[in-house]
Amino acid sequence: VTPDAGVAVLLRELAPQVLGAVVRRTGQFDAAEDAVQEALIAASGQWPDQGVPDNPRAWLVTVASRRLADAARSDSARRRREDTVTARDTRPPGTESEVPDRDDTLTLLFLCCHPELSPPSQVALTLRAVGGLTTAEIARAFLVPEATMAQRISRAKQRIRATGAEFHLPPEGERTGRLAAVLQVLYLVFNEGYTATSGPDLQRTDLTAEAVRLTRTVHRALPDDGEVAGLLALMLLTDARRAARTDADGELVPLAEQDRSRWDAGAIAEGVALVEATLASTDHLGSYQLQAAIAAVHDEASSTEDTDWRQILGLYDLLSRLYPNPMVTLNHAVALAMVQGPEAGLAMLGALDADDRTAGHHRLHAVRAHLLEMAGDVDGARGAYREAARRTTSLPERRYLESRAARLPA
Amino acid sequence: MAAMKYLIAIYGNEEIWRSFPPEAFHEVVRDTDRQHLDLHASGEFICAFGLADEVRAKVVRVRDGVPAVTDGPYVEAKEHLASFTIVDCESEERALEIAAANPVARFRQVEVRPILHEAGVEM
Repeated sequence: VTPDAGVAVLLRELAPQVLGAVVRRTGQFDAAEDAVQEALIAASGQWPDQGVPDNPRAWLVTVASRRLADAARSDSARRRREDTVTARDTRPPGTESEVPDRDDTLTLLFLCCHPELSPPSQVALTLRAVGGLTTAEIARAFLVPEATMAQRISRAKQRIRATGAEFHLPPEGERTGRLAAVLQVLYLVFNEGYTATSGPDLQRTDLTAEAVRLTRTVHRALPDDGEVAGLLALMLLTDARRAARTDADGELVPLAEQDRSRWDAGAIAEGVALVEATLASTDHLGSYQLQAAIAAVHDEASSTEDTDWRQILGLYDLLSRLYPNPMVTLNHAVALAMVQGPEAGLAMLGALDADDRTAGHHRLHAVRAHLLEMAGDVDGARGAYREAARRTTSLPERRYLESRAARLPA
Repeated sequence: MAAMKYLIAIYGNEEIWRSFPPEAFHEVVRDTDRQHLDLHASGEFICAFGLADEVRAKVVRVRDGVPAVTDGPYVEAKEHLASFTIVDCESEERALEIAAANPVARFRQVEVRPILHEAGVEM
């Protein structure tokens, strides 16, 4: 059953507000989250036919609160702790429809991205509790059975309860680290959707829009945070290339060969404006800001030849120094090759052969193949493309690397 | 990537399975059941199946549009796929940990292979 698109958008926006209200009322995150999910499913069944109620948020809070009370009643002997639901509900009678007008999205995100949870659990719980997606939708997006996803979400909530985490913002001293975890989860969601190619996985691209939407919400709540702005810009500047990055057959098209007229000019303009504003005002250059700045230079160029590779190289120098990471070195080597020639890039890759994290990684072989091809070493390039193809677990990337090897002159 | 799917496969042959003392076989069955419950509880379990003996294997070939069915496994291997589990977990490290907890790893060995996915890369 596909719910009405307008209703679905409204429900996803309301989901964290309703959950925040119900958690505040009951003090119980895990039971409230189940109840809100049921209320959202009920609404998506009823509203398209019967119309959206005058105060949809109050409707959802009321329905979720009733579900919670029903669950507590039917289960009271076994789950005595639910009795506190009624005990904590100290509102004066008649205020059922009054919902505090506050946005708990940020508090919920901190809770769902709790450091005790594994990244797949953080992602799943965030999409359900904050994104308002159903378990079935999340399971479909990650290509796992619904039972697996339901269990993952339920386990994540058990763990949060076991840590004793409470429903308020983390203390000031922990906030930067906890926010970094939230941003990482949002970026994981984005990449899960963005790297999905067309075909049977089309619905996964929904995750990209969801990640952008949630990151916008965080940016609204924390407009002065440079890394939040940087991540939002990075997502917009990356997603702007979506239409051009696969061809009619769904095969990957590398940046150098993309039809740039198909890039989304509106998203690029918004992303560039965000990068410029955050770079002008920040006193702390974060990794997302730098990656967004690099993406902006690419997006503003009309072709690979017109790309300001010197500026990109300067940004990678900075990124490598501030946030050293073998994946950054790989891209750094490509930028260096574009400015100083393929030999300089290949020399930079040498260090990665000795690094356990990258020595057998397909990306190292793929970048080496690309630089060998640039240097005119056809045999070396062919061997490296084939080795990269064998080592990747991505089917579209494997096809792409095989085709690069095959099109080299014999 | 938030999570990756892995195949955890066990190979063997009749001689190997018969060489297991009955207590060991009982231990494998019990611990396998327990591991599947644990994997279900952690939200990592996709599926697990044991295969019928390779004497039940049939091979299908289509030549000139005509299918031909013959007995016996396709590969002339000394060991055959006996059972497999598919998990969805956060890293290869975790997949190897799951494989190490498989009771057959104590007596024989288990193979871990990433499953290809339809996600590309940023390029």
